[in-house]
Amino acid sequence: MSTETVALKNIKHSDFSEHGNDAMKASYGKLMMWFFIISDALTFSGFLVSYGFARFKYIDSWPIADEVFTHFPFLHGVEAPMYYVAFMTFILIVSSVTMVLAVDAGHNMQKNKVILYMFLTIIFGAIFVGSQAWEWNTFIKGDYGALETRGGQILQFINSDTGKRAPIKDFSVKLDSDRLNHNPSVGVWYQTESSLPSFSLDEVKEGFKLNNNLLVRVQKLDSMGKKVVLNRSESLSKIQDAVGVVEGANLIHNEYGHRLFADFFFFITGFHGFHVFSGVVINIIIFFNVIIGTYEKRGHYEMVEKVGLYWHFVDLVWVFVFTFFYLV
Amino acid sequence: MGHSDQKLAIFRGLLKFKSNVQKIWGVLIFLSIVTTIEVVLGIIKPEFLLKPFLRMKLLNWIFLILTIVKAYYIAWDFMHIRDEKSSLKNSIVLPLVFLIPYLAFIILLEADYIFDIMKDGIVSWDF
Repeated sequence: MSTETVALKNIKHSDFSEHGNDAMKASYGKLMMWFFIISDALTFSGFLVSYGFARFKYIDSWPIADEVFTHFPFLHGVEAPMYYVAFMTFILIVSSVTMVLAVDAGHNMQKNKVILYMFLTIIFGAIFVGSQAWEWNTFIKGDYGALETRGGQILQFINSDTGKRAPIKDFSVKLDSDRLNHNPSVGVWYQTESSLPSFSLDEVKEGFKLNNNLLVRVQKLDSMGKKVVLNRSESLSKIQDAVGVVEGANLIHNEYGHRLFADFFFFITGFHGFHVFSGVVINIIIFFNVIIGTYEKRGHYEMVEKVGLYWHFVDLVWVFVFTFFYLV
Repeated sequence: MGHSDQKLAIFRGLLKFKSNVQKIWGVLIFLSIVTTIEVVLGIIKPEFLLKPFLRMKLLNWIFLILTIVKAYYIAWDFMHIRDEKSSLKNSIVLPLVFLIPYLAFIILLEADYIFDIMKDGIVSWDF
């Protein structure tokens, strides 16, 4: 064996200086993970700041998060603002703890403990992703329904007797109408139609006129940060501006208020959810590597530490997403 | 891997832990308390905290500060920045600490300006 190969063998994989000293006392892999985390942190700040831009631009008409996210699984009809996201936040923090415990067990070369804690981290991560899917599902389905004006304003309904929101399905009347389907045999071109809302615009308008206790609530906020409710005559003239019924939220229409709110919600929580999902996948890979003893043979559990850094970063981002979407 | 020189105290040495594992649980308890405070404040929304302060509600400033406190403990104790060399610590933290508030400042200032234009100017977004 030549001296050259011997010298190469003595160099640890993590070294990147000639003298075997790691830059800033951190291995190559860890530094690269930090590089990634910093750039990803700036990406997320870009997204959150642009959300802030939209919000400050429409500061007097932005949806109130407490009224949007009021559901908790298995509790139907119970107003539970924020409890579910609080639960999600807690799940993610706990998964961070099990991750850091896995890292710590790795330092002490306790393979079985690493396996246990990695497993718990994966489970908590999966619970979080599942919760987010549930949250999206509830958000997309919507609950009260609303009308939308030509300018994109959302008109919601209030029962003046109780002061609570009135779902459109409770007051809309059934009107007989024929739906004319446009088909290619009559025209040269035709547009495909999206699915119809459960009630037509006329049905909602008619139902509104028949119920004298109904009022329209607009997007504008008063000085106390509450949505402005119009009086009956203003309401009656306002619903004449409506051009469509909105149920739930998607990228174009949003029954909760400003459409940008839904866009940013889908984009930012979706991007974060994608990070969590990939984190779970990476965790699973490392988990199996730990089981088959890859790191035991390697002599150190630095891979667990690196994936841990990523996992904590995802938790860190959620802390900010939680604040800006649900609290502020 | 620098395991022996882990710093086991938080709150500037106010709270010292016997082992790293104990410190982790301690930080979890602290983070849970902060989250609970945030959620309780978010649900109650005390009247006296809804006053505007520096163009934002006082309550929102409190949320922002508590969030940064949480972020600090996640980064320092879970991501082990506390145990890194100061050169690494600074090269991670300083770019973020300068760039993010700067970005937030210019973008939000612009948004506020656009809000004023749409409110006081002749332009209306809703026709």
